[in-house]
Amino acid sequence: MQKSVFFGTIAAAGLLAGMASAATLEDVKARGTLNCGVATGVPGFAFTDASGEWDGFDVAVCRAVAAAVLGDGKKVNFVPTTGKTRFTALASGEVDMLARNTTWTYSRDVDLKFTFVGVNYYDGQGFMVRKDLGVTSAKELDGATVCIQTGTTTELNLADYFRINGMSYEPVPIETNAEAQQKYLANACDVYTTDASGLAATRATFETPADHIILPEIISKEPLGPLVRQGDDQWADIVRWTFNALVIAEELGVTSANVVEMSKAPTNNPEINRMLGTEGEYGAMMGLDKEWAVKAIAAGGNYGEIFERNIGEKTPIGLARGLNAQWTQGGLLYAPPFR
Amino acid sequence: MAATTDPHSSESFRLGMLLYDTRYRSVTIQIIALVLFMLALGWLVSNTISNLEALGKTFGFGFLWTPAGYDINQQLIEYQNTDSNARAAMLGILNTLLIAVMGCVTATLLGVVAGVLRLSNNWVVARLMTIYVEGFRNVPVLIWILIFAAAINESLPAPNAFRGDDAESSMVLGSMAFTNRGFYVPEPLFSRSLGTLDIGGYFGISLDLVLFVAALAAGIWGAKRLGAQATRKQAATGERPHTFWPSVGLIVIPPVVVLVALGFHLGYPELRGFNFRGGIHMRDSLIALWLALSLYTGAFIAEIVRAGILAVSRGQTEAASALGMRPSWTMRLIILPQAMRIIIPPLISNYLNLTKNSSLAIAVGYMDATGTLGGITLNQTGREMECLLLLMAFYLIVSLTISVFMNIYNERMKLKER
Repeated sequence: MQKSVFFGTIAAAGLLAGMASAATLEDVKARGTLNCGVATGVPGFAFTDASGEWDGFDVAVCRAVAAAVLGDGKKVNFVPTTGKTRFTALASGEVDMLARNTTWTYSRDVDLKFTFVGVNYYDGQGFMVRKDLGVTSAKELDGATVCIQTGTTTELNLADYFRINGMSYEPVPIETNAEAQQKYLANACDVYTTDASGLAATRATFETPADHIILPEIISKEPLGPLVRQGDDQWADIVRWTFNALVIAEELGVTSANVVEMSKAPTNNPEINRMLGTEGEYGAMMGLDKEWAVKAIAAGGNYGEIFERNIGEKTPIGLARGLNAQWTQGGLLYAPPFR
Repeated sequence: MAATTDPHSSESFRLGMLLYDTRYRSVTIQIIALVLFMLALGWLVSNTISNLEALGKTFGFGFLWTPAGYDINQQLIEYQNTDSNARAAMLGILNTLLIAVMGCVTATLLGVVAGVLRLSNNWVVARLMTIYVEGFRNVPVLIWILIFAAAINESLPAPNAFRGDDAESSMVLGSMAFTNRGFYVPEPLFSRSLGTLDIGGYFGISLDLVLFVAALAAGIWGAKRLGAQATRKQAATGERPHTFWPSVGLIVIPPVVVLVALGFHLGYPELRGFNFRGGIHMRDSLIALWLALSLYTGAFIAEIVRAGILAVSRGQTEAASALGMRPSWTMRLIILPQAMRIIIPPLISNYLNLTKNSSLAIAVGYMDATGTLGGITLNQTGREMECLLLLMAFYLIVSLTISVFMNIYNERMKLKER
């Protein structure tokens, strides 16, 4: 008797697990929270604030999706993942989406069976060294000890870069940004290499950031973006268009301050009307309500607001928009039209 | 056979007897359990296959022959980042075996010393050993690994501190540098090297090392023969010829001759650029892992040794002292040989534990099999299933091999019963 109950439970769990990959939206709605994989802690991008709440540039994407789907940006269960555990967590269904400085590459998209829904930060790999080493270029790093996060694209770029330039190095593999920071500050490695944004964010937390420089060479393209499992196009569309809505909102001047006002009555811009649900039934097309974009934007503001608040020039991290400006400002942010 | 005396046995077989007859019941239960077990196993396999299919993943080992693309710091054999994942895994496996062998040797030495000293009559020594054993045994080994790694990283000077004329730190004996990136010690070099022997283009074995080991082995074998001869002579004539110096000569001279012939000299580490170059670099991760595993497992072995010694009857010690034997002789010739029979079986399981615990290397970035095959390769190729199966197979094979050898040794040490 007990055995049959046991096996029945396993069989049911197996069936549920099989179905989970098919309809993520229903799962999330039934559960009432969004499981979102984030980094274990990168200042500005994903961190817990003084009250223990998750905040940051990547975290804001999770909150926007939760707001669009569940109507509340706080209904997120954040799952911290390392560079090594993130893909297993997503593939196994432990998280519904990853918003965790993950580089969009061919093999991750095609071979690992994930769908990247967009790019929320255009980045590149850089090197940080102590100023007193007197190094001014990455080409002078022959023989250096380099701290590198394992399971990342930066690990492979680093190997390629040193091989192509005929230089040797001593890799020190580490798991998390915090661990890298500790090793680097203890002088157990000369160089810390990761995405330039991550370097800037890490340096901002040092006691004396001015003692460290980020070398001018950017050795790779690192388009970082949120991703979901392949095979659930509806869910991929929801995450993609929630993110696009944030970008379009900035382009059209919709902010967290005026979005509620704008959604009360149709404005004279039809694209805003379509997005905010005052015109047409666009939300229903992907299984959401009319107000989804309003809630997503109200949760943390548009892309520009999220950027400025978490990593912009007025924050300690102090990143310029650069490539991440709107296409109208000479950047690469270019969301498809909302119609 | 008791058919005529037992009226029940003449009854014809009924199906209910499978359950109610004690003669068949146990068999029935076993068969049912077996079927259920097979069903569970089949369900697990089919569930795995269907879930992998649902994820659109294939199962295959082709990824092993694609370029790994990443670098490994500790290389016991040649490796470049353009080499295959299989070779990267091989490096990891060799690193695991290295730490396992180093750990087992030092843990045994530490354990035997601590175990014997814990029984010492000297109060201070005995208590110190108790503190060692209880301290290490009762804290998770992962914590010890992290403590040692942090101690090396944070307390020792960086290579930079060795720079300049009035450097903050200097090398020990002018030849060894203890830095927070590991220890740099002199390396043996041969000016008339024999080169390496390539095995199938996959492995290179240093012929110098082979020759040296062969010379050493020959010397030891010769010394053993000499000892055996002396024992025979002692048995025949009652007088044992002095063999100590000839034995030492037999053991020492052949390796020394080989070393001189090969032009042996030491290569010293020296600070060039960012780091020390030359010499042997024992990385901080290796040292932290080695110390932690040795001290941790050593504490368990100490208890096993103590238990083994205490299990030898007190009468043996008394008999030995009645014969006028010194305490050190009593320990070496009377007690330890008998205690060994009790010590070896649990010792095997501690060696196995140490080898398996070495996979905690991942915490300090030591590139063992778990770090390469089960870590970076798994992550960069996304072949979780295949990598983990291979990793399990590897640890299984290593553990079983250790068991087999230790069991053979146990057989030889066992009390011969006739």
